[in-house]
Amino acid sequence: MAKFTLDVNGKPHAIDVDPDMPLLYALKNDVGLNNPQFGCGLAQCGACTVHLNGQPIRSCVTPVSAVGDSKVVTLSGLGTPEKPHPLQTAYVEEQVTQCGYCISGWIMTAAAFLRDNKKPSDAQIKQALQGIKCRCGTHVNILRAVKRAATMMG
Amino acid sequence: MTKMEKPANFSRRSLLKAGGAFVVSIGMPIGAETLLSINTAFAQATATRPPLVPNQLSSYVAVNADGTVSAFFGKMDMGQGLYVSIGQMVAEELDVAFEKVTVFMADTRTSVNQGGASGSTGLQMGGRQMRAASAEARRVLIEMAAQKLNLPAEQLTVTDGVVHAKADASKRASYAELIGGRHFNVELEWNKQMGNALYAPGKAQPKNYKDYKIVGKPIKRVDVAPKAFCTEPFVTDIKLPGMVHARMVRPPVAGATIVSVDESSIKNIPGGRVVRDNNFLAVVADNEWDAVKALRQLKVQWSNSQPPFIDQATLYGHIRKAPVRHREEMKPVGNVDEAFKSAARVIEADYEWPFQSHACMGPACAVVEIASNGHVTCWSGSQKPHFLRDGIARTLGVKAETVDCIWVVGPGSYGRNDADDCGNDCAVIAKAVGRPVRLQYMRDEGTGWDPKGPASIHRARAAIDANGQVIAYDFLSKGFSRIDVNTNGSQPRDTLAGHFRGVELRSGNNFGLPSESYAFANKRMAWETIPPFLERASPLRSAHLRDPVGPQIHFASESFMDEVAAALAIDPIELRLRHVKDPRDIALLKAAAQKSGWQSRPSPRKDQTGSTVSGRGVAYATRNGTRVAIVAEVDVDRSTGKIWARKFTVAHDCGQIINPDGLVHTIEGNIIQALSRTLWEEVKFDPKSVTSVDWQTYPILDMTEIPETIDCVLLDYPDRPPTGAGEGAMRPVAAAVANAVFDATGVRIRQMPFTPDRIRASMS
Repeated sequence: MAKFTLDVNGKPHAIDVDPDMPLLYALKNDVGLNNPQFGCGLAQCGACTVHLNGQPIRSCVTPVSAVGDSKVVTLSGLGTPEKPHPLQTAYVEEQVTQCGYCISGWIMTAAAFLRDNKKPSDAQIKQALQGIKCRCGTHVNILRAVKRAATMMG
Repeated sequence: MTKMEKPANFSRRSLLKAGGAFVVSIGMPIGAETLLSINTAFAQATATRPPLVPNQLSSYVAVNADGTVSAFFGKMDMGQGLYVSIGQMVAEELDVAFEKVTVFMADTRTSVNQGGASGSTGLQMGGRQMRAASAEARRVLIEMAAQKLNLPAEQLTVTDGVVHAKADASKRASYAELIGGRHFNVELEWNKQMGNALYAPGKAQPKNYKDYKIVGKPIKRVDVAPKAFCTEPFVTDIKLPGMVHARMVRPPVAGATIVSVDESSIKNIPGGRVVRDNNFLAVVADNEWDAVKALRQLKVQWSNSQPPFIDQATLYGHIRKAPVRHREEMKPVGNVDEAFKSAARVIEADYEWPFQSHACMGPACAVVEIASNGHVTCWSGSQKPHFLRDGIARTLGVKAETVDCIWVVGPGSYGRNDADDCGNDCAVIAKAVGRPVRLQYMRDEGTGWDPKGPASIHRARAAIDANGQVIAYDFLSKGFSRIDVNTNGSQPRDTLAGHFRGVELRSGNNFGLPSESYAFANKRMAWETIPPFLERASPLRSAHLRDPVGPQIHFASESFMDEVAAALAIDPIELRLRHVKDPRDIALLKAAAQKSGWQSRPSPRKDQTGSTVSGRGVAYATRNGTRVAIVAEVDVDRSTGKIWARKFTVAHDCGQIINPDGLVHTIEGNIIQALSRTLWEEVKFDPKSVTSVDWQTYPILDMTEIPETIDCVLLDYPDRPPTGAGEGAMRPVAAAVANAVFDATGVRIRQMPFTPDRIRASMS
């Protein structure tokens, strides 16, 4: 066991955990967030994606000890109903989700991509989101939402 | 407005802060004295409410003190818009604004068993009941208003939750004034069925569709924003005080039994302990990561049992040779055998479909709490929580009334997946440890140990006469049963908890027939089931996977129609139109042809050279009243074997459309998931066990492989009842793609899935 202070969504969280424990378990059980989610534990699906200093990472394979002072941002830290991120607005407008369990993978990955890539083509968006899983098959709606958000973000 | 409610803090009583029941007897006019006396009696019995039974109006609908309406629905929304569609139907019949209605779903504390999600019957059967109940509620409220206003009921109407005289709107009584905060106590005419078939109308006739103001309108879903902002929990997010975490330990060789468990191997884990009952084996720890570590650390000696499966390469041969356990046949038309004897030509083909996994986005999760008074509560993502309630009661040996099951949205739901197993497993563990338990499976269980869509082979034959006419059609499916384990977790014999604790799997018999309206002078269709590999806990036990056996049967039957068309050098839509007899099916095929810009000609094209070739294919099928025709347009790279299904045109007829917006999204999801099953999905196994255990060993469609366009043509029949849309569009996809690949390449591929390896091999 070891003590860590995680910076999650702009707030410090002191935790005392196994240093090898993946960040995902800290976010769900110690910080108490509703999302991200455990999909595979193998970095294969994206359901656990969060930002570490603005970069999307798979929290299911990232040990807590590797987080250090990095700023962790989860989907609920990306935006709120009062101050939504354009991708969250677009997700609602385009009615993207079915079960919605995969949502962190898509939005957190797309958020970093759109921040760094203005006016992307469809092919660029698809490439950026390659490998992320959605089992309900909402991909065409995801693409619509990312394009909508890209427009909103100029 | 939200139609979502946190399950943990909701109770029916808190919603209806009433003061009890208001008794209205059907057929008995309510006099002012009756009203008074009932109200008095009611005031003396504050907490009473009618029992939650199918023949009570209060089991489906209630008017709250502020005039808002609560609807209690015994099915659930798998993310396809039922919160909205059911809300639309209830609001329509009650004449209240859509925003006034909140739908509560799939919670044994608040709704009766309407079957859960099952066979795309959410609107078809579940909605029918909610519509009937809401119409009856409106009728009762008008009767009450008639008494109050001293006017005949015929002179009254309802506008936005207010009953008023048609001639004078100032003579009024709102729903809130009439019954707000109290329960209906009106008996309905229940058909004595539970589940999907439950129907309990009152005296009222639902509205004529011509009067609809809310049904048929596109209204956006209410459950997307809570997911986008993480404001509602998934079942994986449910947390209870004192909760511990569990993981299941599964045998490395299917069918192996436990010889010994070294509990000391996890003694360093805080709170680590083993729960064992016969071959049921779980580890528990105070926190989740420790439970995962305990699972990895635990030393178990398994029996050296004979591997129960076969070399996967021999699967279809095994099915061909396996003894037929059960056969069913449609009532034959004409004399098929005689017709084949007289045929000038016989066309025949065999098709093969593999086991497929639900492979939900996350492995199943459940939370179970057993209170000190013995009451059991299970939070589950199961799409049939009422049945799961019954299963947990049987597993624990308690009465069903002792158990509640609360559905909370889980990591995907496409049939009888791992959720029902998880709820039962979790209940066994919770009873053993005496604390609330959260159990989530690991990924390898989610893919490796979920019940599988059955593998099958299909043989189709057509007899052609000297004039090139089809005179007979013969179709046979043979495969593993779709109900090795049943469609729900209500019986221990259908759950892993039951199997591992010693209850034998009792495989039932069911498969299916092609569903279409082809009229041939001689026609025979049949199915045969074979026994499972293993009569106990098996990672290859088969069960319902979205549109159970529909994709495999219609991959075969609709590929075959194309083969017949090609053999006769007829355009594939033209061949279908010659034989399809249902006028709605004909309209459907024509709509698909028109919308897709279909050029009439036989397949295959023979005008393409080079590596990448293009083609188009059609397929059509019906499903419990819903009809779908699909035109697929594909590009095939013959050197890599990679298929890109560029465009789908989907003509869709599900009768009356409740919400076109939700319908289009549902169709799109069906197409993508079905395309994934077509291009990629095949459960791999070896003689010991299933080896598809994650996303690399069970690949699904990737974002870079999605179609450019999915064009939907919605055929609306507002005067007909709504039928389901949750699965119908999945059914013809594989055949439409197969037919398009044939059109492009001239090569007919009869084995799924269409992976690059298989396509490339087929081209050489």
